Amino acid sequence: MSGEDTARYNFLTQFDRAVDELPGQGWLSTLRRDALARFREQGLPTQKDEDWKYTSLRPITEGRFALPGSTTVPADRLDEARVPGLDAARLVFVNGRYQAGLSDISGLPEGVTVRSIADAMEREPENLQARLSRQSGLDYTPFTALNNAFVADGALVEVAANVQCKTPIELLFLSVPGDEAFVFHPRVLVQMAQGSEATVIEHHVGLDEAANFNNVVSEISLGAQSRLEHYLLQRQSTAGYHIGGIHVHQARDSRYVSHNVNLGGALVRHDINARLAEEGAEAVLNGLYLVNDRQHVDNHTCVDHAAPHTISDETYKGVMAGRGRAVFNGRVVVHKNAQKIDAGQKNDNLLLSKLAEVDTKPELEIYADDVACSHGATIGQLDPDALFYLRSRGIDADKARDLLTFAFAESVIERMGLSEIREWLDHLVVNRVSGEGRLDDLESVEQ
Amino acid sequence: MATNQKEMDELVSREYKHGWVTDIEQDTLPPGLDEDVIRHISAKKEEPEWLLEWRLKAYRAWTEMKHPSWAKVKHPPIDYQSISYYSAPKSKEQIEAEAPKSLDEVDPKLLETYEKLGIPLHEQEQLAGVAVDAVFDSVSVATTFKEKLHEAGVIFCSFSEAVQKYPELVQKYLGTVVPLKDNFFAALNSAVFTDGSFVFVPKGVKCPMELSTYFRINASNTGQFERTLIVAEEGASVSYLEGCTAPQRDENQLHAAVVELVALDDATIKYSTVQNWYPGDENGVGGIYNFVTKRGDCRGDRSKITWTQVETGSAITWKYPSCILRGDDSVGEFYSVAVTSNHQQADTGTKMIHIGKNTRSTIISKGISAMQGDQSYRGLVRITPKADGARNYTQCDSLLIGDRCGAHTFPYIEARNNSAQVEHEATTSRVSEDQLFYCRQRGISEEDAVNMIVNGFCKEVFKELPMEFAVEAEALLGITLEGAVG
Repeated sequence: MSGEDTARYNFLTQFDRAVDELPGQGWLSTLRRDALARFREQGLPTQKDEDWKYTSLRPITEGRFALPGSTTVPADRLDEARVPGLDAARLVFVNGRYQAGLSDISGLPEGVTVRSIADAMEREPENLQARLSRQSGLDYTPFTALNNAFVADGALVEVAANVQCKTPIELLFLSVPGDEAFVFHPRVLVQMAQGSEATVIEHHVGLDEAANFNNVVSEISLGAQSRLEHYLLQRQSTAGYHIGGIHVHQARDSRYVSHNVNLGGALVRHDINARLAEEGAEAVLNGLYLVNDRQHVDNHTCVDHAAPHTISDETYKGVMAGRGRAVFNGRVVVHKNAQKIDAGQKNDNLLLSKLAEVDTKPELEIYADDVACSHGATIGQLDPDALFYLRSRGIDADKARDLLTFAFAESVIERMGLSEIREWLDHLVVNRVSGEGRLDDLESVEQ
Repeated sequence: MATNQKEMDELVSREYKHGWVTDIEQDTLPPGLDEDVIRHISAKKEEPEWLLEWRLKAYRAWTEMKHPSWAKVKHPPIDYQSISYYSAPKSKEQIEAEAPKSLDEVDPKLLETYEKLGIPLHEQEQLAGVAVDAVFDSVSVATTFKEKLHEAGVIFCSFSEAVQKYPELVQKYLGTVVPLKDNFFAALNSAVFTDGSFVFVPKGVKCPMELSTYFRINASNTGQFERTLIVAEEGASVSYLEGCTAPQRDENQLHAAVVELVALDDATIKYSTVQNWYPGDENGVGGIYNFVTKRGDCRGDRSKITWTQVETGSAITWKYPSCILRGDDSVGEFYSVAVTSNHQQADTGTKMIHIGKNTRSTIISKGISAMQGDQSYRGLVRITPKADGARNYTQCDSLLIGDRCGAHTFPYIEARNNSAQVEHEATTSRVSEDQLFYCRQRGISEEDAVNMIVNGFCKEVFKELPMEFAVEAEALLGITLEGAVG
């Protein structure tokens, strides 16, 4: 049996063993079995699949991942995970399960509902039914199928019509090690009603070198004129695996802003699909990935301009060091009759080490003529002129290099709305870029 | 804008200018492909044993390969057993026996065909200073300027002649750039190719003139499998032109050519193509399937290979002229204009494989899609770990004319060396209203204005073409597109 077949078999038998423990009956049980049937049929992708050409799933197909038992962490562990100084309503999950004791969602205005999926399964299954069954068609990957089959918990965020939620909502997913490596399938559902506004921070953190496999699916629906700023902060441990599917559906005049920041993980894959379904919808996709050692980070984005007068703007930047490898695949599709489209996409990569690798593929697929679409991709090094400029002003070579690398990444960070996250990310990036603390006195350099 | 729609429709629906069939009896094999057919082709051409073995090896590999499905083109499955794999003009025996030393000895009917195509050999011989190795279906019938080239030491002849006269050169280079198992169509070509061109420019020689081959598909139901091999030795340079027209036919004709270029140290090869094969009628019926493998190997240091192509014809184009930049400081260039109108489909682009140090590549691709045309740019830029200081610049722009066409871009960029600098840029838009308005305001008709804008859009590529070709290319572009605006 090939690795994929073994992995498929493992997931299938795992389901058979776990099915009685999984919450929900009736429609939910049908949903699970349908999803599993589809997974059985699809199997796991291999590098022969165009979408996985540059990403090998071997670490996942060769690993054994158990379903986690209930576990928690002491409250003080939160401090090292959460964004310092950020005043947010917070749902905390440990190994995929909601932790009421660690969460704090007081302070949210009326009209904003935030709860765990497990809770929703029990209390309002009808509400959940429509949401969970929405996945279909091309977005339905084998990982989505697995998530559907195993889904037990996650976060449900609902913002009522015309409610402006000023308090950011942080969904903090902690991955902690146990006796064996675990797999969890959390689900994030965000429903923005007409004219609503909110900021959601989906934050994944691996503690203590956890080697777990996190298979998340986020479904986001934006009603007419609604606005959502969605942070996706991925900080799995360097032994952790993270597969994320983010599916966004946008109604008329809605605006979706995504900040996808990847700092951790041994093997990371994100599929962000934004469907601009009605006129006036706008999607802004920002991305930053810093890879080092043997990390592998793969970002696949797809912006689907299904309606006329829709706008998208995408900027992904990456810094590769060590033996790190990054993959970017940005697809922009303009449907027939979707005229007056403005779509821009950019992917810039900085290769810092001899053994690092980047594979980028910006794609345009256009079936309408009255459009202004562009994409650009660059791979290169720091500008020698800029380095010279800094050195001629007395900054040593290493510092000059770090400063410029930082500035490269900073241009993505500065597009973020929350200053607490900007500042915190600046620090994290500085640490990542500098390696062994080489950038320690960066701030003094700046002053 | 719809004011002169009628006029445009007329232009668009204009009959294919080069559509007719020359009535020459064909010595044609019955349709079908097996080892016997290959033995027959090889025997007909009196080929040495090693070449037959090579063909058979390719055939055996081909039978185990699958028709590729990754290209963004749609067509009914091709029945390879319904194609006849060999066809030669009846006068072949005479030609081989007497090997015409001048045009006078060539079958006047063939000459007439060329006249219709607008390639008067006489004129070209005298005026243009271009040597023409004209391929009528599968057998070369006329080669001019041989003597002048001979003086310079340049070998320019049909592929079958080269097999007879210079077997050691052919054996040394054949299949070294495009291996026989390279892909489905290359394997098929390797098995059944009937003729093509062979160019060998020895050490230090600058080829004294542009070399040119006019291909022409004639017999119905006969796939054309051309094989071209161009070798430029150390310090040599050559410019090669390829142009194509085909008669109007309702059946789809398959064309699976292989072109191999080898450039040794300091050598330069420039390969230009104007492709104007029958694209099918306005309903998408008929037209040529053009599935070509073209690859250049910058084998030597400081070598340079330039591909320039203007693709206006064919129902389906599947073509990726590529450069393997093996030698240090070698340069690869790709300039392309592709036009798809009516129901044409094109999936074209290039591959630049950087292996040597300080290798540079430039890709300029201009796609124009009109009516229900559908085209894709598919490119690969690969920087291998040893290619220190590699540099690539890619620009691919698409122009859309009409709301039923499609334009797609699929660039693959793989960088595995941190000293690499790779830039890729792509835009898709339609002819700008502002530009049109500006021209119209100055009294230029819409038709002319569009023509001007489109030509301006393609200028970067046209300027890479040799003079005569540039003129032809601009005219072709005009004919293919003028009616499509509205």
